[in-house]
Amino acid sequence: MKISAMKIKKTLIYLFLAVFTFIQIFPFYWLVTFSFKSNTEIFDSNNLVGLPKVWHLENFSKALMGGEILRYLLNSVFYAAVTVVVSTLLASMVAYAINRMYWKAKGIVAAIFSLGIMIPVQATLLPLFQGLDRLGIRGGYLGLMLPYITFAMPMTVMILGGFFKALPREIEEAACIDGCNIFNMFFKIILPMIRPGIATSCIFAFLNTWNELLFANTFVDDAKYKTLPVGIMSFVGEHSTNWGIIGAGMVIATLPTVLIYLLLSKQVQESFTVGAVKG
Amino acid sequence: MKKLLSNKWYVTVFVAPGLILFLVMAVIPLFTTGYYGLFNYDGIGQKVFIGLKNYKELFTTDPYFKRAVLNSFILAAGSLFIQIPIALFLAIVLANRVKGEGFYRTVFFLPVVISSMVIGQLWCKIFNSEGLLNAILGALGMANDTAWLVNPKTAYMTTVIPAIWQSIGYHMVILYAGVKNISPEYYEAAKLDGATGFKAATKITIPLLMPTIKVCATFALVGSLRVFDLVYVMTGGGPNHVSEVPATLMYDNLFVKCRYGYGSAQAFFIVFECLLFSFLLNLIFKKSEENASMI
Repeated sequence: MKISAMKIKKTLIYLFLAVFTFIQIFPFYWLVTFSFKSNTEIFDSNNLVGLPKVWHLENFSKALMGGEILRYLLNSVFYAAVTVVVSTLLASMVAYAINRMYWKAKGIVAAIFSLGIMIPVQATLLPLFQGLDRLGIRGGYLGLMLPYITFAMPMTVMILGGFFKALPREIEEAACIDGCNIFNMFFKIILPMIRPGIATSCIFAFLNTWNELLFANTFVDDAKYKTLPVGIMSFVGEHSTNWGIIGAGMVIATLPTVLIYLLLSKQVQESFTVGAVKG
Repeated sequence: MKKLLSNKWYVTVFVAPGLILFLVMAVIPLFTTGYYGLFNYDGIGQKVFIGLKNYKELFTTDPYFKRAVLNSFILAAGSLFIQIPIALFLAIVLANRVKGEGFYRTVFFLPVVISSMVIGQLWCKIFNSEGLLNAILGALGMANDTAWLVNPKTAYMTTVIPAIWQSIGYHMVILYAGVKNISPEYYEAAKLDGATGFKAATKITIPLLMPTIKVCATFALVGSLRVFDLVYVMTGGGPNHVSEVPATLMYDNLFVKCRYGYGSAQAFFIVFECLLFSFLLNLIFKKSEENASMI
């Protein structure tokens, strides 16, 4: 009797997991199928959710050729790569100073950066817009990268802070005896030791930059400098009635993140939790 | 070594570049927004100091603001009372050695890594009058041609659904890590007292998880109050402003109507609201955390 009750409970749990898996996956499945369909087939009530009868690969070639999706894709790669590298460099130095060096104002600096995690970015939008305009860099690569680097820093400071704190003091002492200067010590000994932390914070910064919409949509006017999310928005506008091509564009836009995620799913999930669970 | 690590010059070199960038690009703009909020300012003419009049307008004569705030509260309630409980349930189930646990986690988390732009556009297609939802309803014999996002009655609710759907995996992963952090000793002790399964979850897991639940609740709440992307993509605040949230109204005031002062007041309201509610949440959770420390 007891065993069968357990069995029922187990079955219910697996049933729930199956239903939930379906709910999470199905919209994406549907997106992929309609990206290969023609409009007539998308709206054909007999084959709504089935695989395409004819695979319209030309949706993808049209999306790549006609629009500027490829350009947006490369732009997004560029923005994200520079943001990740520069913000990690700057933030790792700040985090090291806060957690390992001896100075008075470190509490205040730590508080300023942790405030950065809570503050809604939209509250900086207008002054940033005006400031970048005045500097003459709004609308170009630099004008979007600087805000991205800035707003990637607080989380990196927080994530790396935990890793720096966990290092034993002996490492710096040993490095000192060998007559190491501080920059050599930091870049050649300390940073390599917290590699997992750096990987984690880089993934987080990459995804956030890659998916960012508000700044990209507000600061950039010229299609030449647009990012993928904004580009997709104008792309959808241009092809508003041709769902197949829209679907193809969205699949192209999503593929890089999904591939990275599937390859590194554990690290990606971790990058979203370290900041949250530590505190 | 201590001498090396307290050298003022080295500290400056390590801190200054990052700190200056952050002050210039984040902290100063934030305060500038607060300052603009006290002026009547259109970006071209003179700034005229009007004190708190912008805020007065927000709460009295603005025809859309109350609705927008209410909308963000609806999302916050949905996040706190639907999203987090589902995420909590999934986290506890998956942390208890379910077969294929890694697969489920990967799948449930997937929407988190996808851009809100794509998520929004996709759900636009689902809620389109010729979209997936109506097709499914039709197949079930409930033929329907509502354009869910255009109909004022359903527009906002159909925006809330993907917002909640997208982040369940996010909270699940955080809570999962929290559950895994609980020392197995607690469960062994509970087992001796005959508490397993559901009882163990309510008596041990959830109380000990309170600090993590608090983090999730804060993220969910603050995220809802400042929500922008999905609403902007799916309805843009329409039709006729019924699905506005404070951030979309702010955007409209700043970049469409050029009401810089008024829009800045709205932006600052969002900041204030986020700080206030995370403070209140902290107070609420303080008690349950005290209880947890007694276990």
